[in-house]
Amino acid sequence: MTLIHETDYGTPASRAEETVTLTVDGFAVTVPAGTSIMRAAVEAGIEIPKLCATDMLDAFGSCRLCLVEIDGRNGTPSSCTTPVAEGLVVRTQTERLKQLRRGVMELYISDHPLDCLTCAANGDCELQDQAGVVGLRAVRYGYDGDNHVFPKTRDGADNFKYMAKDESNPYFAYDPSKCIVCSRCVRACEEVQGTFALTIEGRGFESRVSAGMHESFLNSDCVSCGACVQACPTGTLMEKSVYEIGTPDRSVVTTCAYCGVGCNFKAELRGDELVRMVPYREGKANRGHSCVKGRFAFGYAAHPDRILNPMVRDAVTDPWREVSWDEAFAYVAERFTAIQAEHGVASVGGITSSRCTNEETYLVQKLIRQGFRNNNVDTCARVCHSPTGYGLGQTYGTSAGTQDFDSVEHTDVVIVIGANPTDGHPVFASRLKRRLRQGARLIIVDPRRIDLVRSAHIEADYHLPLTPGTNVAVVTALAHVIAMEGLYDEAFIRERCDWDEFQDYIDFVSDLRHSPEALEAVTGVPADQLRGAARLYATGGNGAIYYGLGVTEHSQGSTTVMAIANLAMLTGNIGRPGVGVNPLRGQNNVQGACDMGSFPHELPGYRHVSGEEVRDVYEEIWGVPISSEPGLRIPNMLDAAVEGTFKGIYIQGEDILQSDPNTHHVQAGLAAMDCVVVHDLFLNETANYAHVFLPGSTFLEKDGTFTNAERRINRVREVIAPRNGLADWEVTQRLAQAMGLDWSYGHPSEIMDEISRTTPTFTGVSYDLLDEVGSVQWPCNEKAPLGTPVMHVDGFVRGKGRFIRTEYVATDERTGPRFPLLLTTGRFLSQYNVGAQTRRTANVIWHEQDILEIHPHDAEQRGIGEGDLVTLASRAGETSLKATITDRVSPGVVYTTFHHPDTQANVITTDFSDWATNCPEYKVTAVQVTPASQRTEWQEEYAEHAELSRRIIEREPVHGD
Amino acid sequence: MTDEQTESETHRRATEIATGLAHLEGPLLPILHAVQHEFGCVPEDAIRAIAKVLNLGRAEVHGTMTFYPDYRAEPGGAHTLKLCRAEACQSMGGDALADEARRILGIDFHETTADGALTLEPVYCLGLCACAPAAMLDHEVHGRVTAETIGRIAEGVGA
Repeated sequence: MTLIHETDYGTPASRAEETVTLTVDGFAVTVPAGTSIMRAAVEAGIEIPKLCATDMLDAFGSCRLCLVEIDGRNGTPSSCTTPVAEGLVVRTQTERLKQLRRGVMELYISDHPLDCLTCAANGDCELQDQAGVVGLRAVRYGYDGDNHVFPKTRDGADNFKYMAKDESNPYFAYDPSKCIVCSRCVRACEEVQGTFALTIEGRGFESRVSAGMHESFLNSDCVSCGACVQACPTGTLMEKSVYEIGTPDRSVVTTCAYCGVGCNFKAELRGDELVRMVPYREGKANRGHSCVKGRFAFGYAAHPDRILNPMVRDAVTDPWREVSWDEAFAYVAERFTAIQAEHGVASVGGITSSRCTNEETYLVQKLIRQGFRNNNVDTCARVCHSPTGYGLGQTYGTSAGTQDFDSVEHTDVVIVIGANPTDGHPVFASRLKRRLRQGARLIIVDPRRIDLVRSAHIEADYHLPLTPGTNVAVVTALAHVIAMEGLYDEAFIRERCDWDEFQDYIDFVSDLRHSPEALEAVTGVPADQLRGAARLYATGGNGAIYYGLGVTEHSQGSTTVMAIANLAMLTGNIGRPGVGVNPLRGQNNVQGACDMGSFPHELPGYRHVSGEEVRDVYEEIWGVPISSEPGLRIPNMLDAAVEGTFKGIYIQGEDILQSDPNTHHVQAGLAAMDCVVVHDLFLNETANYAHVFLPGSTFLEKDGTFTNAERRINRVREVIAPRNGLADWEVTQRLAQAMGLDWSYGHPSEIMDEISRTTPTFTGVSYDLLDEVGSVQWPCNEKAPLGTPVMHVDGFVRGKGRFIRTEYVATDERTGPRFPLLLTTGRFLSQYNVGAQTRRTANVIWHEQDILEIHPHDAEQRGIGEGDLVTLASRAGETSLKATITDRVSPGVVYTTFHHPDTQANVITTDFSDWATNCPEYKVTAVQVTPASQRTEWQEEYAEHAELSRRIIEREPVHGD
Repeated sequence: MTDEQTESETHRRATEIATGLAHLEGPLLPILHAVQHEFGCVPEDAIRAIAKVLNLGRAEVHGTMTFYPDYRAEPGGAHTLKLCRAEACQSMGGDALADEARRILGIDFHETTADGALTLEPVYCLGLCACAPAAMLDHEVHGRVTAETIGRIAEGVGA
């Protein structure tokens, strides 16, 4: 294995269809019109020296190294900024050019330290490479004059031009003494990331890269995405890990395990030490970009909190006892068998993980269906995107988003509903922002003023700040305006959709009770704004809807998804690039977990367990009868546990105590079980109630696949050996074997083979194909051998698109005198979900604790000041946290994140859930906020209990296991 | 934290100025001029305010502001004397004159006299090469400048 060097073409590819032929150093090359001479030369196999050019960024033309000569033209134009033309004769290496380049390079080096041997970028430095390329042999100017290199001048005085190294960012350092002011970092921050945190300050020789207003990187607007570090051609911006370890010598291409964007990274190692994660330009979801989590926050894999040995205990009040793997598996097998013998087949179940691979998820549901012989399997999608599956399944016939992320490059109008991409899906947000800067229009539907509403160089045309819980009313009102003003696409509807159902729907939606004016009092959205937004979406060209958990996590989550689906059909915004309905899936493999049959009513590929044909497929290869009755959902499992009929659970990679609603109820359910098996990286909150702990492996430590929000099946590759000894799929397999099942998978590829053999949308998927083409989007089968980037192109999967009535029903969770405010929840950029990983990285520097956002008006009424500790109480429970006063939230609305267990926002959330899928109503809880002097009693008790239940008695090492 | 709570008077006034000029094509330079006219410099709070009004990164405003030497981060003296340091003036004894000016005023370039009366700045060509060496006191140009001229100017502004 070696380090992967991706070809840098110097300038971005041209999209023109027309081609042009030119000659570069005597070689004819044909490229699309608009291509730069530099890029055309690379296509011809000739690399022109360059420093300020990289194909992630638009041409800039500042370094003056890439000069060429063109027959019949004067001067020496820069090849990065000069487009090709038919018949050009270009020379890249002449005496004149050699002289010029050497002279330019000599000037660069005259203000650059000559410490290559001790520089962190040694061997990974374009300046070093280019100095070699142009044949620089001496620098005539010396270092006695003005320079940025040395802290002191020759006569010992302070050198005011010198700037000290900025090490404020936990992951990378900025050393201005090595900077050649090529602007690549500034341009990357602007063009790729879209944050505009960097600039060049001063001019001429005074020019320096500056974060913010000559601030430290940490204090600036920098979001630590790493784009500048990647763009830097020198050692100026460099990962601290490279300072500490040295340059890597091999790469493994894999997929990030944070959000549902599914970025591809090159894990770069030296030996088995992971040096850095570098975004992979060929990654089709991220196109070479990254965020602070995927790029830098992998340190949790080596965190001392990680549990590496299996552990058991008879009672949750006992300390943990370390045991061998065999003992642990035997223990679980014996307990589960005994429970089923005493309480019946249905008394045990399991939860698959959206964090694990498709193969691992498939095995867990297989273990439950084949080994436990019931359908008691559920997954964390229950608490996030189950309404997406249901809503899109009902209307279009597939439980997934309709587009790929590239689609956003063709979008003219974007609606973002209940999603905060700049925090939750940052790499997608960067791609969206780039399109917005090119002129696409934007509509935001969100109770909170998220960053997309207005931040550097982007501004929403409409922000509809609705009252939490009124999504259906708002989306239906949008449809009302489109219907009443005749803005719908009748030709599309006649061709693609069920006409009878459309007529029924148009009758329904035309009713004046759905008008923006009638609903204004309920939704809080000004009617004229809503009308403007509806008109813009219907008439502004390609319209795309992106939505998140702000849509699904409501009592009417499924209804909102259907309302969104209606809206897209109504305007003909389905079935081509630039349009569509796009759920932004929260977790890396929540799409895959759903695809793999993690729901109690569905076998892999969303096929209902009542279908005899599909049961036959699995009964045949698994050799057991499969129940035609759906099993229990997570909340039902917990209810049944409290009732005493559900006694054992195997939970792979999900912390239900922290992530599921109404913590008290989850606690009670877990406490009532006889055998709780937690398979995880850390002693998470759920493990406080566990009897068996099976240590898990991180995404760096196993092979498999993740499926992202665009249905893209991405390869996960083993970067280092599992620290706990076994990959998660092996743990499940060994457990299955201990329970007497005849499993013998030698590699995850064999599991994928079983999936593709049995699942019609996956029949074309194999590791060979993925290795060959990188990734594919399902469906991938004989009809679409290379996958399906855009769905419903020639017609909906279910046949005719189905319009469904979407009546707004107010949630039962209402404000009243005791609980007058509405709490809604969300995420922070640097933290991920319940924070189990990101809290164990340096990312905490940006977010140490959950904070309650409250409007100045509400704060003043309650006598709450900035930074005060407050009690947050609902009908379900109470907790305390610090408050911040901001007008990002409307009066009457408060907001917090759920990243930290000592806050436990879900102590507050209630049992209300989506009518169709039980997805909890996280996004609306009636609460009261009052000043507090100390943490709540519950928090104190909880902390004490957590500490007690995490005691471990270490085992003497035994040879042979 | 709310903006209202942290907003300084500078921020408030700079927001007003920026908002009033935001409709111009290429509004940043006129806004920076107006802000400097108001405060005698472009304070950091004003940069934040301008960035917010124009929806730019504050880094960008800082980058633009520092590119132009006429924009100051700190207030200068009551008057500014700009001494031309460009080629024509140099050929007419500009270097010696610069040394004289520094000696007479007791300050270096970019510095202000202790009483705050006068700031000395270099400038690169006032377009007055025919009368080199040239200088400019606030908005008034002076040709054929000598040490005596400098002394008179200093006296005139009370430095």
